[in-house]
Amino acid sequence: MRPLEDYLVIDFSQFLSGPSASLRLADMGARVIKIERLGVGDICRTLYTSNLIMNGESSVFHAINRNKESFEVDLKSEEDCEMVRELLKKADVMIHNFRPGVMERLGFDYPSVIAFNPNIIYGEISGYGNTGEWRNKPGQDLLLQSVTGLTSLTGNADSGPVAMGLSIVDMLAGAHLAQGLLACLYRKAIKNEGGFIQVSMMESAYDFQFETITTFMNDGGALPERSKKNNANAYLGAPYGIYQTENGYLALAMGSIPQLGKLLGCEPLEDFLEISEAFDKRDEIKAILADHLLSDTTEKWLSILEPADIWCADVLNWNALMAHEGFKVLNMIQEVEMVDGYKYETTRCPIRIDGELLTSPVGSPKLGQDNEKIIKEFTTQNTIANA
Amino acid sequence: MMNRPLEGLLVLEFCQFLAGPSAGLKLADLGARVIKIERPETGDACRQLSIKNLFVDDDSLLFHTINRNKESYAANLKNPEDLERLRKLISKADVMTHNFRPGVMEKIGLDYESIQHINPKIVYGVVTGYGNEGPWRNKPGQDLLVQAVSGLTFLSGVDIDGPVPFGLSVSDIMCGNHLAQGIMAALIKRAKTNKSVLVEVSLLESVLDVQFEVITTYLNDGGKLPDRSGAKGSAHAYLSAPYGMYETKDGHIAMAMGNLPNICAIIKCDIDDLYVEAGSAFENRDQLIVRLAETFKKQDTTTWVNLLQTHGIWCAEVLNYQTATALSTYKNLEIEQSLDLGGDKTIKTTVSPIRLDNEKLFAAKAAPKLGVDTRNINTEFELN
Repeated sequence: MRPLEDYLVIDFSQFLSGPSASLRLADMGARVIKIERLGVGDICRTLYTSNLIMNGESSVFHAINRNKESFEVDLKSEEDCEMVRELLKKADVMIHNFRPGVMERLGFDYPSVIAFNPNIIYGEISGYGNTGEWRNKPGQDLLLQSVTGLTSLTGNADSGPVAMGLSIVDMLAGAHLAQGLLACLYRKAIKNEGGFIQVSMMESAYDFQFETITTFMNDGGALPERSKKNNANAYLGAPYGIYQTENGYLALAMGSIPQLGKLLGCEPLEDFLEISEAFDKRDEIKAILADHLLSDTTEKWLSILEPADIWCADVLNWNALMAHEGFKVLNMIQEVEMVDGYKYETTRCPIRIDGELLTSPVGSPKLGQDNEKIIKEFTTQNTIANA
Repeated sequence: MMNRPLEGLLVLEFCQFLAGPSAGLKLADLGARVIKIERPETGDACRQLSIKNLFVDDDSLLFHTINRNKESYAANLKNPEDLERLRKLISKADVMTHNFRPGVMEKIGLDYESIQHINPKIVYGVVTGYGNEGPWRNKPGQDLLVQAVSGLTFLSGVDIDGPVPFGLSVSDIMCGNHLAQGIMAALIKRAKTNKSVLVEVSLLESVLDVQFEVITTYLNDGGKLPDRSGAKGSAHAYLSAPYGMYETKDGHIAMAMGNLPNICAIIKCDIDDLYVEAGSAFENRDQLIVRLAETFKKQDTTTWVNLLQTHGIWCAEVLNYQTATALSTYKNLEIEQSLDLGGDKTIKTTVSPIRLDNEKLFAAKAAPKLGVDTRNINTEFELN
C-alpha cells in the first residue's frame, strides 16, 4: 500500500509551486482533486515553455498535474461553492496559492474552512508572506531569485546576475509545503488534529541558500565573489568547476593542486604547495588548469583521475545521459495516459518506498473531466437538486 | 509551548555532509529529537569542511548551519562494544538515516535487513549518489559531479559559456528535501501498519526531479535539447523574450514573462522589425533581448521598476545579499535566528521556512560538539 492511500487532497493552487506539492502527495497515494476555474482552469494549462503544445495544452501543465482529477467550478456561484464545501468537509488536506485576501473573499480562508472541517490540514503558499509591504507582489520565480541574492551565485565574476535556469524557487516552496503537510498528516494520524501550514517563496529561497546566507551573516556582510572563469561555487577554491577539453567538458570537484599537476602532467600546478592557495589563487590556478585540459580528451583525463580517486565526471547533456546505463537502471521515465487516450512520457517521483517506484499511469486531467463523478460522489441529494 | 508534529520521535542520523543532515535538520525543526551518530575523534567530515575558512571553535560554520538543533553521540562502528550499544539505541529509535556507499552498512550489520530483527518498526532512510545498481553506483555522490551528468548544466547562463552549474549544492539540498518527505510519508504508513519502512533517495534522481518540467518537454518534443540564448542576462532556455535580467544605468532589472509589445510600448523600445506575430517572441528571442537591453541601459533601475509596476508589469530590481537583507519584507518574515553558543558567543543563521499553526519554527539550539551527549544518552537509554 502507498503511505497516503485513503487521503483526500483538495487543491486550489495554480502554476508550479502548489501543484508540485500535490503531485508529490498524489504519487505517495493521496487522491488529489484540482479545483479549476470555469472555462479557463489552471492558468498553467496555457503557459507555454517553448512552442510545444501537447494535446492542446502546455508540456509544463502535463508534467505537474498528472495523477490528479479536475473539478471545474465557478467560485462566484453560491451553488458551486456549496459543492466545494461538501468536498472540503471530507478532505484531509487543502492547498492554495492565491494572493493574500482572495480566499477570505471567497470564504475559503483557514478560519472559514475549519468552521466546517476542524481537522483539516490547510496549506498555503505566498510570494512574500501575508503581511508587510510586498504581500501583494507577484510570487514569480525569476523575481524571487532576483530579490534574494540567488543570481549572484551562478556564472562567472563578469557574467552579471545569472539565474538558475529553472523555476527553482517554485519547486522549493512546493517541497517545503509538502513537508509541512506530511508532518501534519503524521500528527493527524497520531492525535487526530488538523493544522495550518504556510510557506512563502522568499523564505524557501533563503532556506535553499542557508549555507551561503549564514556565511554572509557571520562574515561581516562580505558578498559572494564568483571566480573569474570556470566558477561552480563562489565560496570554493580551485579546482571546483567545469573545464573544456579537446572534445567536451570535465567536471572537477576536488583534489590537491600539486597532486593534480603531477597526475595531469601540468608542471606549473606543482608550485601551489600551500593549501590556502587553492582558494586565494583560484583564478590563476583555474586559468592554468583550463588551458592544460584543452590539450587532451575528456576520456583521457578521466582515465588518469578516476583511478587516483580524484572526484571528477564527464559533463552530459540529456541525449548522452539517457543513453547511459547509469541512467537506464534508475527507470526514471514513465509513460502516462489521459482519459482521451493521449499518451506522454514524463519523470516519476524521485523517492522509493519499500523498494517500490512510486509510478502511476494516470495522465493529467482535461478541464472538468471529473465533474460528474465528483458531484455524484460527494454532494448530498439536496445539493444535487439545487445544482 | 508549540505542538510540533514530530514531537516524541527519535531519529538517529548516521549521515555526513549535506544531503542527509539537511533532512535531519528539517525533521528536528518539525519536532523530532535528532541524534547524530559520529565517529570518535573526527565526527561528521563536515566539521572540518569550511567555506572561506570560517570556524566557530573547533567546527566549521558550515557544520553549525546544517546541524543546529541536534545532539551528538560518538561511536566507533568497528568496535563491537560500541556496535552493541548502538543496536540497543536503534531498537528504541523511530527513524535512522545513512549515506554510506552501497555495501558498507551490510558489512557492519546495520543494514535494513539486519535492523528489522532488532527493531521491526524502524523507518530506515538511505541516501546514495546514483542508486544501488548500475555502473555509477560506486561513484562519489558529490553535488557538482551529479549536476554534471544530469544535463542540468545546459540550462543556465548563455550558450557560449558551455556548461554552467548552479552555484549551490542543488542536488544535495533537493535530495535532503526528498528524504525528509519520504521519511514523513513512511511514518504515516507505519502509523497504519505498525511495520518498518524503507525509504531510498539518490542525488541523481533528485536533480532529475528538479528538471521534471523541462525533461518532460524534451521527451515529448522529439529529443530537442535546450537552446540557451546567446544574449547576456537571459534566464531560461525555454522562455521567450523579455524573460531575463537587464543592465540598467545603475544596476539590473529582472523581467518575468509578459506581453512584449505592451512592455516595449511602455519603455519606448521599437521592436517593430523583430516582432511581427506572437511567435516572434520565441523565434527572435536573442535579438529581442539585445534590443531591450539597449533601452534598459538608459535609465536607472528604480525609474524602470516604478514605471513598469504602475502598468502591472512583473519585474523587480536585482539585489545582492546586502540590499536583499535590508528589505523590510526580509525582516518582516523573520528569516534569521540567533544561536547561543555559550560564553557570550552567538551566530546567526536561517529559521525553518515552514510556518506551523501561525508560528515560525524557531529552534535556536546550537550544533553539538562531537560526542557531547554520549554519556547522557548512555544513561537515558541504559546502553551500558
